[in-house]
Amino acid sequence: MSSANSPETPETKGMRMATPVPLRPKIPSENSGGGAAASIGDATTQGNGASDAFTGRPGPGNPGSRRVLGMKKPLRLGEIAIEKFIQGVALLSLIFITLIFVFIFREAIPLFFGSSDHAVSLGEVGESESYGEVEGGELAADIPELEQSEAPFEAKSLVSAVWQPVSLEPKWGILPLLAGSLKVTFVALILAGPIGIFAALFTSIFAPKWAREGMKPVIEILAGFPSVVIGFFALVILATVLQQVFGFQYRLNAVVGGVAMSLAVIPIIYTVSEDALAAVPKVLTEASLALGAAKWETALFVVLPAALPGIFAAVILGFGRAFGETMIALMATGNAALLTPDLADPVRTLSATIGAEMAEVVFGDTHYRVLFFLGALLFMISFGLNAVAEFFVRGRLLKQFNGN
Amino acid sequence: MRKAIMTGAWALSAVSLAFPAAPAITVKGSDTMVILGQRWAEKYMAAFPGEVSIQVTGGGSGTGISALINGTTDICNSSRPMKASERDKLKQRFNSLGVEVRAAKDGLAVYLHESSPVEALTMAQVSDIYTARITNWKDVGGPDAKIILYGRENNSGTYVYFRDNVLMGKDFAAAMQSLPGTAAVVNAVSKDKLSIGFGGAAYAKGIKYAKIKKDAESPAVEPTPATIKDGSYPVTRYLYLYLKTRPTGAIKKYVDWILSPEGQSIVTDVGYFPVK
Repeated sequence: MSSANSPETPETKGMRMATPVPLRPKIPSENSGGGAAASIGDATTQGNGASDAFTGRPGPGNPGSRRVLGMKKPLRLGEIAIEKFIQGVALLSLIFITLIFVFIFREAIPLFFGSSDHAVSLGEVGESESYGEVEGGELAADIPELEQSEAPFEAKSLVSAVWQPVSLEPKWGILPLLAGSLKVTFVALILAGPIGIFAALFTSIFAPKWAREGMKPVIEILAGFPSVVIGFFALVILATVLQQVFGFQYRLNAVVGGVAMSLAVIPIIYTVSEDALAAVPKVLTEASLALGAAKWETALFVVLPAALPGIFAAVILGFGRAFGETMIALMATGNAALLTPDLADPVRTLSATIGAEMAEVVFGDTHYRVLFFLGALLFMISFGLNAVAEFFVRGRLLKQFNGN
Repeated sequence: MRKAIMTGAWALSAVSLAFPAAPAITVKGSDTMVILGQRWAEKYMAAFPGEVSIQVTGGGSGTGISALINGTTDICNSSRPMKASERDKLKQRFNSLGVEVRAAKDGLAVYLHESSPVEALTMAQVSDIYTARITNWKDVGGPDAKIILYGRENNSGTYVYFRDNVLMGKDFAAAMQSLPGTAAVVNAVSKDKLSIGFGGAAYAKGIKYAKIKKDAESPAVEPTPATIKDGSYPVTRYLYLYLKTRPTGAIKKYVDWILSPEGQSIVTDVGYFPVK
């Protein structure tokens, strides 16, 4: 209430423009006294007060309404509390993301700066005590105790073609994993892209109302389909069918993984493309039809190009989903870290590597840190992709339609 | 009705207050040993009701050993011996190198498709196949076709055991497809005529076990309870329990019971082999 005569902020002005005659005075928590008074004026004097609010000038009845405001103070405090609560809950998700971000990077960073491990050789550490005598047949071979060499980790070893983390001389080449993720994602997008986009085009332009109302929920159910079920389906049925059809040498390979992954990606591409197509102003469609274009011409040459930034965003989001999908990759791609160009070879993806290996690594050793590095890499890739997608939807699509 | 339930709840909570909970033993570790560990716990708690409560969880040998090092479990199940680095961590934390209990024996089998003409392999041949020195079946008496390799994930005790004892420390071929769990390997081999896999000897359907020769001259031995128990089958391993210190009190009684004929008979029921 200190700056009683300050002009109204653009936000509150816009807000009131949307509802010129509020039935109940909406009192912004951090508003100037003049604005608040004017909005109370809205409610009491109906039309006259509203114009006051539009100009943002403090009305003549300020002192009086300030007294009214004083009487309503308890209510106002309650409103502030509720607003702050909702704000806090919304902030919570932001905090979670930040914490995950910080945690992953905190675990990965010691990989490059300083080592938390210290070399242990067999000679230094004694044997465990044994308890309970074992009788009868001994093992056929004495178990040789082989220890991993504890050579210091070098960052450049990440850029190699061999991923053998549980080896006597661990090899941390992430290139085959990166290539594996890209191969599976490529196959998934080649399939899911056209299917998702054309399905969206069909529902938003061609489909009769009943078909649209049936199709949308069905495809959205597919989005909520547990990926482990899709993976299981791929492992047991899809792999056999595709092997018989294409004669793959390996039953599980990038193609099987990609086809299964496309089932998870189609709903994302479909939903986002559908929204983008629905946002294309009807004026464009009507103008095109009025000029004598056929319905399919309108769809392909008018509506689709207009919605292109949104569809691009849909594909980017689909890419992110396929890249990060773990369970399907783990079950259907064969998990062999091969660096080959052939799509019919088994692959090991980044996310499946984390999923498969995290459970048994010794906390704090190099393998653990490398897996966290892979996690950080995935995080950055999906973060970047989402940012790009957001940029295209916000920055391009909306600008195109609103013209500002 | 609701009143009856409330009364029941009050009665239950009164009982639980009157009789303090039995001391709890937590067991964590190897997924291979989860079923065995749970069966031991069930039978033990049934044999001595109200004496202790035993909780068994899996997660993997490495997870269990980490839990032992962090002090969050009393007993760790492990399908591989503790590594020197892990013993070192335990020593830093508790000034103890841990106590190892060999609780059961397990045989690892090499699986072939049931229609495969190959019957027996030497240890050296298995090693060469898994390190991609032999890539065609015709080199080991089969058809002229590429060998498709299946194996376990590299976080499993089975993977490490196979690497150390069959491959003698060499790396697995990059083309080996790693699958989660022995059942998945069996399933994959049963669907693929030209494939080979490895895992526990306790599962079999649509596949056959390769007979293993220790070297070219020695006889081919099939993994059976008898050959695994007397050690004539060359690919066998122990399953371990690890403790921080020598067992005392309730834990000692439990470990002694596991090693008793009663406990060891459960090992046989679950499909592994007794140590006594």
